[in-house]
Amino acid sequence: MSRPCKAYIAGAFEHPTRKAVDKTVPQLHAEVALGALRDAGLESCDVDGYFCAGDAPGLGGLSMAEYMGLNLRHIDTTETGGSSYIAHVGHAVDAIAAGRCSVALITLAGRPRAEGMSSVGARDYGRGAPDVAFEQPYSPLITNLYAMAAQRHMHEHGTTSEQLAAIKVAASHHAQHNERAMLREVVTVEDVVNSPLVADPLHRLDCCVVSDGGGALVLVSPEKAREIGPRCVKVLGQGTAIKHLSAGRVDLTHTGAVTSGPLAFADARLIPADIDYVSIYDSFTITVLMTLEDLGFCAKGQGGRFVSDGNLISGVGRLPFNTDGGGLCNNHPGNRGGMTKVIEAVRQLRGEAHPRVQVRDCTLALAHGTGGSIGTRMGSATVILGRNDA
Amino acid sequence: MTSQPQHIYPDPLVNSETAPYWQACQAGTLQLKRCNACGQTHFYPRAVCPFCLSGDTVWFTASGLGRVYAFSVMRRAEPPYAIAYVTLDEGVTLMTHIVDCAFDGIAIGQRVALAFRQSAGGQAVPVFRPQARLSAEALVGSLS
Repeated sequence: MSRPCKAYIAGAFEHPTRKAVDKTVPQLHAEVALGALRDAGLESCDVDGYFCAGDAPGLGGLSMAEYMGLNLRHIDTTETGGSSYIAHVGHAVDAIAAGRCSVALITLAGRPRAEGMSSVGARDYGRGAPDVAFEQPYSPLITNLYAMAAQRHMHEHGTTSEQLAAIKVAASHHAQHNERAMLREVVTVEDVVNSPLVADPLHRLDCCVVSDGGGALVLVSPEKAREIGPRCVKVLGQGTAIKHLSAGRVDLTHTGAVTSGPLAFADARLIPADIDYVSIYDSFTITVLMTLEDLGFCAKGQGGRFVSDGNLISGVGRLPFNTDGGGLCNNHPGNRGGMTKVIEAVRQLRGEAHPRVQVRDCTLALAHGTGGSIGTRMGSATVILGRNDA
Repeated sequence: MTSQPQHIYPDPLVNSETAPYWQACQAGTLQLKRCNACGQTHFYPRAVCPFCLSGDTVWFTASGLGRVYAFSVMRRAEPPYAIAYVTLDEGVTLMTHIVDCAFDGIAIGQRVALAFRQSAGGQAVPVFRPQARLSAEALVGSLS
């Protein structure tokens, strides 16, 4: 069966660094661009569409296009935090389908670790944001915002810390095979729930790592994909959404995936049961649990049961996830995990994941990103990808 | 008695849209905004209604009573503090802190009442404390 598709991912590259002391952010962008273009067998002069987000310094796309010497006829600097790069995949598909470009480059890079950014520090989104006055006096951090969502989910659905811990356990089982992962030690549920509380009810091991690095993707038209060959991966469906505090009608137990997921599945004409592998944004364990529910892999409130008993471990459970170790164990470049989610999904569909975590006959995969915070305002982006022969 | 380290509240940003809110806090009241065009109450307060984009929004004084919607004790901070969302009886939910109580006693659904803390620069910042405790203190105050 050959499913229709408007564009392919021809190149994917994850920067090997986890701490970039002696590199600049523009340099990291250029290095991942080169890596993804080489992976696709293309050169920078082939790129006619460029996509980047808030991590690109200066005037974003303008500054980076000049630095990398790109000559473009299409540019898109959509910024929805860590979900941006998955939204960019969808936007690149649309731009290619509309004939606005034929080779689209997406880059992400950052070095929060080398810059000494704390994993629990406050993010500075600028004093011009209208919400700042009513939130910043209370010291909202990334951790305690996600923690409030976890607390509310536990209250409404009976979710437990042990169930959240099962997500970290699964990630660690995968990370042990990834020599570049920051945390390679296999952990148990007890290890997670006995690690220090950072912000109730989230423990230290419920949180993702802080890392430097980045990644890039190259998308091409179906014509170019035929020239490049069978390592090209189909983009079958996409959906994006945002969710916010709704003028005080606060709901912390759903994510924007309730909208972006069904959009992507409808676009691909698929259902959750069709999916062989998922890359789920994992800033915290609660992020994964709520996203799986909202994407329809289980009923709302059943996420805790769904992730228990190794169900997310490749070769063991029914829905292998984040086989590179994800943000919880491998890396979270620039505090923006959307890019690496797509890259591992591409590896799985190419059969190029680590043999110990490769999903057998992996044909259909989903990658989902969450940007901003599920505790306030967030971007959500979902893509559904297919093997070349899907 | 040893002095405990106090949580430092950063100064809120005050501009033409937010100044009445913060002035009311200095006077000891919590002001919300309602839209005259569509009748809806919103938070955070804006010049323009987020439900219908009408510019006809007016301030009114909230009861200062509500329930804890969600909370988290930031254990890594020194001293720890309890961030929360409180749903006011007027129907809107706002970010705040829960104060004047043992952290382990905070619960979702708990009744809370308005209180204030001073920011670093002296601005009154609205926070909440358990309503029952407020009553007990008021009782003690009336007896002494």
